Amino acid sequence: MSILVDANTKVICQGLTGKQGTFHTQQCLAYGTKVVAGVTPGRGGTEHIGLPVYNTVADAKAATGATVSMIYVPAPFAADAILEAADAGIELIVCITEGVPVLDMVRVKAVLKDSNSRLIGPNCPGIITPGGAKIGIMPGQIHQPGVVGIVSRSGTLTYEAVHQTTTRGLGQSTCVGIGGDPVRGMNFIDCLELFQADPGTRGIIMVGEIGGSDEEAAAEYIAAHVTKPVVAYIAGVTAPPG
Amino acid sequence: MNLHEYQAKALFAEYAIPVPQGRVATTAAEAEQAAVALGGDLWVVKAQVHAGGRGKAGGVKLARSAEEVGKLAAEMLGKRLVTHQSGPEGLPVDYVYVEAGSKIARELYLSLLVDRSAERIAVMASAAGGMDIEEVAAKTPEKILTLTLHPAAGLEDYQARKLGFGLGLDGEQQKQLRDLLRKLVKLFRECDASLVEINPLIVTEDGRVVALDAKVNIEENALFRQPKLAALRDPAQEDEKERRAREHDLNYVSLDGSIACMVNGAGLAMATMDLIKLHGGEPANFLDVGGGATAERVAEAFKIILTNPKVKAILVNIFGGIVRCDVIAEGVLAAVRQVHVGVPVVVRLEGTNVERGRQLLAESGLDVVAATGLTDAASKVVALAGGRA
Repeated sequence: MSILVDANTKVICQGLTGKQGTFHTQQCLAYGTKVVAGVTPGRGGTEHIGLPVYNTVADAKAATGATVSMIYVPAPFAADAILEAADAGIELIVCITEGVPVLDMVRVKAVLKDSNSRLIGPNCPGIITPGGAKIGIMPGQIHQPGVVGIVSRSGTLTYEAVHQTTTRGLGQSTCVGIGGDPVRGMNFIDCLELFQADPGTRGIIMVGEIGGSDEEAAAEYIAAHVTKPVVAYIAGVTAPPG
Repeated sequence: MNLHEYQAKALFAEYAIPVPQGRVATTAAEAEQAAVALGGDLWVVKAQVHAGGRGKAGGVKLARSAEEVGKLAAEMLGKRLVTHQSGPEGLPVDYVYVEAGSKIARELYLSLLVDRSAERIAVMASAAGGMDIEEVAAKTPEKILTLTLHPAAGLEDYQARKLGFGLGLDGEQQKQLRDLLRKLVKLFRECDASLVEINPLIVTEDGRVVALDAKVNIEENALFRQPKLAALRDPAQEDEKERRAREHDLNYVSLDGSIACMVNGAGLAMATMDLIKLHGGEPANFLDVGGGATAERVAEAFKIILTNPKVKAILVNIFGGIVRCDVIAEGVLAAVRQVHVGVPVVVRLEGTNVERGRQLLAESGLDVVAATGLTDAASKVVALAGGRA
């Protein structure tokens, strides 16, 4: 079992024809993810790395029935890409792009409040259900299907947690890299709620960073609502102030 | 990216936000001429550095004649100003700002920033202006008024009134505050600011609301669409190593210890520093080579690390996700070929192409110590740097 994505999830890629989109989509396909189409405005009707390309997310969704979009478009266009995906009714939007201006995200978040789409990121490694679907830039081979749910603000530190749970034979149910940007999509609490409800998740690892108070809010939520064991680490305990 | 006060005030003036008349100068003669041109009988000479606390550090001085303005400017220019925010080495004073003196009746505080939990622009104000606002927030949080702006609606009149009454302003001053707030919000949005701070915002003896100081930070991520503001960057105010790092898309922060770190990802970099400290060592820097590290960038990172004479050992900790371990290994080798590495290097690689990366390092003939995990790496590098600090 898992949260949000599994082996049946159909995924499109916004920014498929770019360098990052091409490389990482190939990696996702190699992992077994059902990437079914790409979106690049002006390139509709063409094919790229064996996938059909559409001009709009709405076109791609209508043609393929995809429920998830992963976004690799450059930072200046990322907010627009997220909002296009939400408008098309994409259920889960995974924005990998880093360097999105924070005021763009303030606008995006205000619009998403009126939609049913969930957003992961931006500036994040994405989400993976080991053995099912890899949607993002994480190295697939370090993961192993298993019982630990991982939610993390940090990219490479997530891989550490994954690596350690794999080498100890526990494996992961689903790993969500929520990204470290100040204004972002899903937060710790959103993921904790899903992991608590997922019968395939037996324990949870939460990796935080200094800055902001999301970890404190998560701690309060865990105390009140989570009955599964949770291990948490906040990086930067010894960092100098400022 | 920080702006100087004189740049921030020019920006304020563009938005018709009231500021005192002032001119920037780079020599004592220019400063004296500025005073003559401004007229009046009272001036303020302000050292332009990217740090707060200038007043207490002698970087803000009153003058009662144009000659005195020139004399004070001569004392400040070409020196380094040390404030409680500048670090012990201080910051160079290449510009002074000469400003017409103001007759101050009240000093207030006003700032705009992005509130990450509200996911909105927040406005903070306090009647306790001119003081260190962090101290006010810590000791008397009830003296700080906060409101947040709905992204679609912006600043509403009732919000301006709330601040106006809270600050004890009269009707006419409240109108001025509302007008000033609207312009500040417009500036904040249009300029992609991450912070706009006015401390103090003054009420003059004749009842005018004026920004006596101005601090503006622009969000680095948005500089691509702010070319005019990006051009205002003053590299002299930035740490040389940090500036070089930024030019190569590296995130570097100087620290005081002896163990240099090169890590990919901010979280892992902080975790690495935590572990070094746990094992009794002190990190010499924070350095994140980022997700898309190339061999050239890693080589550049090595060179920047090695310009710090305090470094006794280097820890390279890379978990390859986007960045492949063989690329990192090639970067390390390229750097070692180009620059003399006189200190031990501990390398811990994990992730994509890890076997190829380790093989490259092993075959290089280079004196690198391989580590198998985070704890192993930290204990080895602390031992090589001479043990516990």
